Amino acid sequence: MKLDEFFVTGDPLIYGADVSIILSMIGVVFVLTKYKKWGWLWKEWLTTVDHKKLGIMYILSAVLMLFRGGVDALLMRAQLTMPETEFLDSTHYNEIFTTHGTIMIIFMAMPFLIGLMNVVVPLQIGARDVAYPFLNAVSFWTFFMGAMLFNISFVIGGSPGAGWTSYVPLAGNELSPGPGQNYYLLGLQVAGIGTLLTGINFLVTILKMRAPGMTLMRMPMFTWSSAITCIIIIFAFPVLTVALALMTLDRIFGTHFFTMVDGGMPMLWANLFWLWGHPEVYIVILPAFGIFSEVISTFSRKNLFGYKAMVYSMVIIAALSFVVWVHHFFTMGADASVNSFFSVTTMAISIPTGVKVFNWLFTMYKGRIKINTAMLWSLAFIPNFVIGGVTGVMLAMAAADYQYHNTYFLVAHFHYVLISGTVFACFSGLYYWYPKLFNHKLNETLGKWSFWLFMIGFNVCFFPMYFLGFAGMPRRVHTYAEGSGWFELNAVASVGGVMMGIGFVILVYNIYYSIRYEPRLTTGDPWDARNLEWATPSPVPYYNFAKIPEVRGLDEFWRMKKEGKKDLDLKKDKLEPIHMPDYSGVPVIMSTFLFISGFGLVFEWIWMGVAGAIGVVITMIMRSFDPDEGYHVEVEEIKEIEEHVRREEA
Amino acid sequence: MAGNNHNKFPWNHVLGFIFSIVLTLLAVWAALYSSLSITAIVWTIVTLALLQAAVQLFMFMHIGEGEGKAQKGTIYFSAFIAVVIVAGSIWVMNAMMHSMM
Amino acid sequence: MGHTETIDPNKPLEYQTEKSRLNILGFWIFLGAEVALFATLFATYFVLTGRLADGPGPGELFEIKGVLIETFILLTSSFTCGIAIHEMRRGSKKGLMIWFGLTLLLGLGFLYFEIEEFIHYVHEGATIQTSAYWSSFFTLLGTHGAHVSLGIGWMIMILIQVARHGLNTTTTRKAFIISLYWHFLDVVWIFIFTGVYLMGMVM
Ligand code: HEM
Ligand SMILES: [Cu+2]
Repeated sequence: MKLDEFFVTGDPLIYGADVSIILSMIGVVFVLTKYKKWGWLWKEWLTTVDHKKLGIMYILSAVLMLFRGGVDALLMRAQLTMPETEFLDSTHYNEIFTTHGTIMIIFMAMPFLIGLMNVVVPLQIGARDVAYPFLNAVSFWTFFMGAMLFNISFVIGGSPGAGWTSYVPLAGNELSPGPGQNYYLLGLQVAGIGTLLTGINFLVTILKMRAPGMTLMRMPMFTWSSAITCIIIIFAFPVLTVALALMTLDRIFGTHFFTMVDGGMPMLWANLFWLWGHPEVYIVILPAFGIFSEVISTFSRKNLFGYKAMVYSMVIIAALSFVVWVHHFFTMGADASVNSFFSVTTMAISIPTGVKVFNWLFTMYKGRIKINTAMLWSLAFIPNFVIGGVTGVMLAMAAADYQYHNTYFLVAHFHYVLISGTVFACFSGLYYWYPKLFNHKLNETLGKWSFWLFMIGFNVCFFPMYFLGFAGMPRRVHTYAEGSGWFELNAVASVGGVMMGIGFVILVYNIYYSIRYEPRLTTGDPWDARNLEWATPSPVPYYNFAKIPEVRGLDEFWRMKKEGKKDLDLKKDKLEPIHMPDYSGVPVIMSTFLFISGFGLVFEWIWMGVAGAIGVVITMIMRSFDPDEGYHVEVEEIKEIEEHVRREEA
Repeated sequence: MAGNNHNKFPWNHVLGFIFSIVLTLLAVWAALYSSLSITAIVWTIVTLALLQAAVQLFMFMHIGEGEGKAQKGTIYFSAFIAVVIVAGSIWVMNAMMHSMM
Repeated sequence: MGHTETIDPNKPLEYQTEKSRLNILGFWIFLGAEVALFATLFATYFVLTGRLADGPGPGELFEIKGVLIETFILLTSSFTCGIAIHEMRRGSKKGLMIWFGLTLLLGLGFLYFEIEEFIHYVHEGATIQTSAYWSSFFTLLGTHGAHVSLGIGWMIMILIQVARHGLNTTTTRKAFIISLYWHFLDVVWIFIFTGVYLMGMVM
């Protein structure tokens, strides 16, 4: 391969990216060296197994990916604002919607939610860490390396361009030659390992590490939603693993799973992809439901209405989410029995979803509602998500879907559920739990500005798309004709897109602003909230709880406050040494080898793929021989830390 | 739990082993040497395979030990998922083949 | 993460620590994920059955004799693996090592016959690139075979650790978990034997 094929050339946008990537890398290296922070970075972050730090790194990466995906989105809007624009050619446009979709779902939505799960779940259940802290670090680093692998396609080798769904034959060797599509396959494969491990890790954590007295039916709703999400992850991700592996075999080793010749079956890819893909959309919505439940209950000053109904509806959603996948390809032309069956199951899934909406409404009913940015995101979720859900049911009618399928109507549907569901939840959760991590709130004024801009912008951008769909505009076209009549609505949508962009920039600026100017907290419970994560002081000591709390019912922390009980009385309570896991450099090194292996396969350099894999095996063996006993935090040290974070004397 | 019968002869394992050999041979007989119809053969050998899987799970893998309930729950749910994936894919993909012909 | 672990005489050594109990449960859940993984491979195999292009069909190539040898070797290895854990629970380090050693040998024997079989098919003109059917055949069986190979390497690692440190809460837990993995591969094989070979010869 020649050098000018290896690096993507010939496009000013990409040269610009090259320069900015190199400059920011030099900048980072410079800052780290100047302030002698390399050791700190390695010791405190790269080797950490602390769920809170991993959570922060997840969220940080997710925000970064939201930026990249957002830039992709704005480029698309720029291209579509007016008919017959020649800003991006069709190949380029294809690449951008592909990386946009993939990044947003796999590298933004999931890590953001998993990051919040990392931060919150152990605290909510009164645990000192997750069940397998080491594995948790492996999860993060494989996700991170997968994300990096996918993202460098932009400057090295070329981006994938067959859509986030990567249907064959378009994604096959003949129509997508070169490394682009391989990046998609291997980036997702590497990140998928991490996601599966997270699923197992958090499910065991939730099943086995709850504080004494916290029965299943006393778990906070976010913990419940995380548990259900984990179950879906555990059984859905292996399907993706196989599907990706089969396409990789097709592309690199000449097999015939999805090819047009020698018996291959292109639609089998669609079948496998959506067997994972539909459960996946529930993986990104259920934790969001959990976040909304927490926020709405806290700021309505009431316990969650219909707790049991909430739990059961999630269980039903989880089971049903595995039996609806065909609604994504009704138009394949399966016979009527198949389409009717999947039409019915799809509509059935909206019933438990509807139940939940009513539960949130009743939670607020007669509550003393407090409006702040976290709550605004949750409030806005309800009506917007209902629009997305109702149009989903329209799509679920197989016969009608022949009309809507692959038009902008579909694009509007899934953005309504994904943005007002998942993205609003991420922001709501970020504003809500931020003080727990950083000991200050995010600024409210900036928060409200960013909320209103983003929320209105979102509707301005996506509501017109329903009508573009009715007017027949297909998705994934890079331009449209003058006479099509689609110009006005597209222009409106682009205005909305810009508003969302500004909203996002304000959000990021808010983080910077708040670090500098927001007052530091004097309490671990700034919102007067209900669950155990708020019983800890802020910032949370690395072992979370000096004394594991005892749980007697739902909303335990609320009960403690009512009874005037403190979670920890430094003068009276007897402390015991705490066992904590050791930090380890293995996860980041092992994931780097995975990255190397993946990179080799992308360019079909088999030797490099094998070399990386050998590196992975060696690090795994090293790990197996590592006694990994952890260490004990002595009582004296715990006392000192608690006195400091609680600002009181023992 | 296997607590106090550590020193006994491993009946469980020996029985399990005999079962698995017998079930295998039965399946071979049903498939290759019986005069059952094809549908009957398929049902028979699939049933025998499921029985054999149960033998492994309960007699060799001690599924009821430790977190028995959660472990069984996991395996039962994964069996449900396996049926959805296998039967579902066959059904959906074949339905397409028919309607295209 | 419990700090003080008390020994419970009614439980085998591998269940004595909190960490062990968590790991064993986690491994069962991992096996659940493996079920989904193999189910997807089986689904692919069944959907692509009969799509032979110009290549040979399974009925022409499968021979019950070789398949039965492989099957009995693997079934026996599952049995020896079970006995190894039984010995471990009796506190016999030597017993564990001998029976695990036997299991390893049988595992290697299985791989030998499987590779032999694959080579035979390739000679007969059925490679992974021949047709959709053979792609799915080799991928399903290859994934199982790769799991067996991994299991062999893993079991060797555990044997080294048992030899070095004897039977303690850690080594017994690791030995128990690898045994679960090994039995699981046998379960998968049962379905390969039934779904691929027997059905392939019937149809
Ligand atoms: C009320 C419940 C829902 C129903 C009935 C529903 C129904 C549907 C249907 C039938 C389609 C396929 C339409 C077509 O391709 O023609 C679809 C697509 C989609 N839905 Fe939903 N949906 C629901 C909720 C959700 C949720 C909660 C999410 C994610 C958070 C979601 C994300 C998506 C995505 C991403 C696609 C399109 C994927 C693509 O083709 O690129 N949906 N939905
Ligand atoms: Cu769906």
